[in-house]
Amino acid sequence: MDFLNALVALANFVIVPALAYGSQLALGALGVTLIYGILRFSNFAHGDTMAFGTMATILATWAMQSAGISFGVLPTALLALPIGIAATGLLLLGTDRLVYKFYRVKKAKPVIFVIASLGVMFVMNGIVRFIIGVDDQQFADGERFLITARDFRTMTGLEEGLAIKTTQVITVAVAIIVVAILFWFLNKTRTGKSMRAYSDNEDLALLSGINPERVVMYTWLIVGGLATIAGVLYGLDKSFKPFTYFQLLLPIFAAAIVGGLGSPVGAIAGGFVIAFAEVTITYPLKKLLGYLLPDSLAPDGLVQLLSTDYKFAVSFVILIIVLLFRPTGLFKGKSV
Amino acid sequence: MSDPYQDNRGNKDASITNPHGRGTMSAGTASGERSRTQDAYLIGDSMTGGYGQGPDILHDCTIAVNKGEIAVIVGPNGAGKSTGMKAVFGMLNLRKGAVRLDGEDITALSPQDRVVKGMGFVPQTSNIFTSMTVEENLEMGAFIRRDDFRKTIEQVYELFPILGDKRRQAAGELSGGQRQQVAVGRALMTQPKVLMLDEPTAGVSPIVMDELFDRIIEVSRTGIPILMVEQNARQALEIADKGYVLVQGRNAHTGTGKELLADDEVRRSFLGG
Amino acid sequence: MNMRAILLFTGVALLFVGTGIIQSWNVSLTILNMALISAIMALGVNMQWGYAGLFNVGIMGFVALGGLGAVLVSMPPNTEALAAGGLRIVAGLSLGAATVIGAILVFRKAGKWRGWAVAAVLFVGFFAYRAVMDPGVIAVEAVNPASSGNIGGLGLPVILAWPVGGLLAAGAAWIIGKTALGLRSDYLAIATLGIAEIVIAMLKNEDWLARGVKNVIGLPRPVPYEIDLQNSQSFIETVTEFGFDPVTASTITVKLAYAGIFAVVLIGLLWLAQAALASPWGRMMRAIRDNEVSAEAMGKDVTARHLQIFILGSAICGLAGAMMTTLDGQLTPGTYQPLRFTFLIWVMVIVGGSGNNFGSVLGGFLIWWLWVQVEPLGALLMEGITAGMADGTWLKGHLLDSVAHMRLLTMGLILLLVLRFSPRGLLPEK
Repeated sequence: MDFLNALVALANFVIVPALAYGSQLALGALGVTLIYGILRFSNFAHGDTMAFGTMATILATWAMQSAGISFGVLPTALLALPIGIAATGLLLLGTDRLVYKFYRVKKAKPVIFVIASLGVMFVMNGIVRFIIGVDDQQFADGERFLITARDFRTMTGLEEGLAIKTTQVITVAVAIIVVAILFWFLNKTRTGKSMRAYSDNEDLALLSGINPERVVMYTWLIVGGLATIAGVLYGLDKSFKPFTYFQLLLPIFAAAIVGGLGSPVGAIAGGFVIAFAEVTITYPLKKLLGYLLPDSLAPDGLVQLLSTDYKFAVSFVILIIVLLFRPTGLFKGKSV
Repeated sequence: MSDPYQDNRGNKDASITNPHGRGTMSAGTASGERSRTQDAYLIGDSMTGGYGQGPDILHDCTIAVNKGEIAVIVGPNGAGKSTGMKAVFGMLNLRKGAVRLDGEDITALSPQDRVVKGMGFVPQTSNIFTSMTVEENLEMGAFIRRDDFRKTIEQVYELFPILGDKRRQAAGELSGGQRQQVAVGRALMTQPKVLMLDEPTAGVSPIVMDELFDRIIEVSRTGIPILMVEQNARQALEIADKGYVLVQGRNAHTGTGKELLADDEVRRSFLGG
Repeated sequence: MNMRAILLFTGVALLFVGTGIIQSWNVSLTILNMALISAIMALGVNMQWGYAGLFNVGIMGFVALGGLGAVLVSMPPNTEALAAGGLRIVAGLSLGAATVIGAILVFRKAGKWRGWAVAAVLFVGFFAYRAVMDPGVIAVEAVNPASSGNIGGLGLPVILAWPVGGLLAAGAAWIIGKTALGLRSDYLAIATLGIAEIVIAMLKNEDWLARGVKNVIGLPRPVPYEIDLQNSQSFIETVTEFGFDPVTASTITVKLAYAGIFAVVLIGLLWLAQAALASPWGRMMRAIRDNEVSAEAMGKDVTARHLQIFILGSAICGLAGAMMTTLDGQLTPGTYQPLRFTFLIWVMVIVGGSGNNFGSVLGGFLIWWLWVQVEPLGALLMEGITAGMADGTWLKGHLLDSVAHMRLLTMGLILLLVLRFSPRGLLPEK
């Protein structure tokens, strides 16, 4: 029984939250890795792109709510998602037209794009703060829990409860669907294959008649979709705050690099590695050890390996370890 | 540094910039008179020009190939063999001369447009998509075709049986000779009117080289004219209908492969006696 | 210095003079002092990016470490806390350092099982470190938590803290550079991004060190206090003789004193940076930057040079950080944000002119002035826009409230415009 209780406690505080967080990171890292593979630079504006997409979705959600539209037990934000994605896609295409295209025509070095993305980051950050402000926004509605801790206890008779939030289930489900569609697109469709070809060998892609501008356009649209979905899922699960989204840049970059920059499979793996490490190491193990160890050995303190604020340190240490042992990341050689 | 957009200050930070697979190809320009001295199916006629703003590498150089022929460009290192090929494909700034395909002047077209016109080009290096399967490489070769190209894929597999066996394997995992077959197969997918090969046997063993030459002859038998640059002058001239010996960007000797092999001066200077 | 530089510097000087005349000299000097510090940070970043192409996005971390240096040197020691847990903390930190060194040694020596061996060393070491360290931390934090609860500092003059802040930053830079520059390709950007967040997390959490988010306030000053000046008979006599109000005069005098010290540091660093650039060392750096392959072929150790310049640049950022904390008189870890302390410095460097030290200084002055002044200017603009709207409408209120966020937008636009239309910056490298 103690073992089962320990398992449930672990699931409740580590596995379920980390699965949800990992899915959010994976979707974010997929966007970063696609841009890295195809446009060949790391986009510092990605966190703010996520923030913009989420903001657009929140505004659409509010509009729907005031019009009396709801999605039953599911959050209305899911209905508003397409609007947010469309707005973000348009923003990214506009940004590409106004900013990045110029450097592409000039065949500028990738680091010039990185600097340009710093400028875009400032502008997007400013736009988001300008429109929605800097405060926390809660926009999740519908049913809050799939199973509450109390229900679970009465159901199983265990001492420990397992609460699963609706948003966590939605996060994982949406992430699986999105990733499946993305991989189908990249591996089975003509356009998707042309994106992979362009990422692999730009010259040969040109010789094969692949139009780089189309590849770039599709990339931005997909990135807009991924960033918005990642941002909305994170916001539903936790809350929306522009600065938090900006800070997601580090774990997202870490996930993409740990997985191997340019590799979509790697981005997903990296997202979960980072998420599980962060949650496990900053989770107080007291309860778990209390169940597993005999009473005489039960720990007094919280047995938290690191305080929650050090979660960045965790992603960072994992990053360094991976880079030391496998400089190209977990999934090298497989480009977009 | 002249171009601020090219100045990355020696930065090689892999966490922000991706050097993999970045393009270097640039289209050339055509300026000046376009002479018409002779006719052939594909001809680079009296070409003079060089890369970018640099000095001329080619001087009044003519390269041509007719239907059903294999034409080979040979010559010592630095003679401008590959440059001549690139000039025909539109990657050089031509200050004089013209390129014509089937009588049509294509001097001003970009390399991509020449592919659409029916020229297939196999670069010397980076000529396959290493992370994609053999079959996907062929599909990408057929990217500009909107019709059903499954028959062409089958034809390529007939020409290069080993590719059919390895169709689901990543092209980057194949051996050197097999990769060259993928490269040629990819170029064949557009059903080109003419095929251009830049040193197809560079870096492969003699046995593989012989096999590759056999395959090239087979491709030629399907009716596609082939223009190729070769290091291995003797073997190349043996299969050539027409040979061009270039020296310092100029036509030094021109003739059928047999004539050139028999020519004392060519033998002395390039074929080692 | 050519004509263009003189004109641009004069223009920026006029901005500050104009601020002094239109707003007040107090405002102008406040901006100037921070601009001097920003210029020093930009100088450090320009060394890394301009001389060697190193992309450092962790400037915030080095600046914060400099600030920590200021606290640790200048605050009076907290003897009670040190007695309570000082020894344990020292022992704990030594254990932590020993663990890391041990892990590195094991990594270098052990063969087949080195991954596991390193993990074992780190695992055991971590728990030993926590076991020794935690009680010490608790003991220190229990001493007078409302006003101190930390170990305090050395009680030395605060000017001494500036080089120490630089040293702290240099130490961190050495660790980062060793790991991130020694790999097959560089991973400096992500490494600096991470370490900056970690430094801030540490400052926020380790209350025993610098009180965490409870902030350290009341740092000693290298210049007199306003209140002392106002109480000084000779000061009042002098200023009233010139017809100034003693209160205003005292604040301006203090600010001028700061500006003087900062200007001396800036000019000294600028002179050193220019001399270094003209020296054989500088020529070598440029040779490496322009053609790494041939520099390597000539036997230059590129990685070692890069490490060297990364440490130097970071040390300058740390120095500037210590100066900033001194100017503020407090260390407030909660206010360190990457947009302000990392990316804004990048805007200064790019706008000023990558690779040009004078450009960085110019960029530092100009961008900092804009950063501060965009808000009042934006407010004017917004009042103009909303003048026609009825009072109390939602949009008017929203627009007026949003003025505070205009500065981010403006900085981004400036960076993008300069990068597009004048990619070498205002003062291009020769």
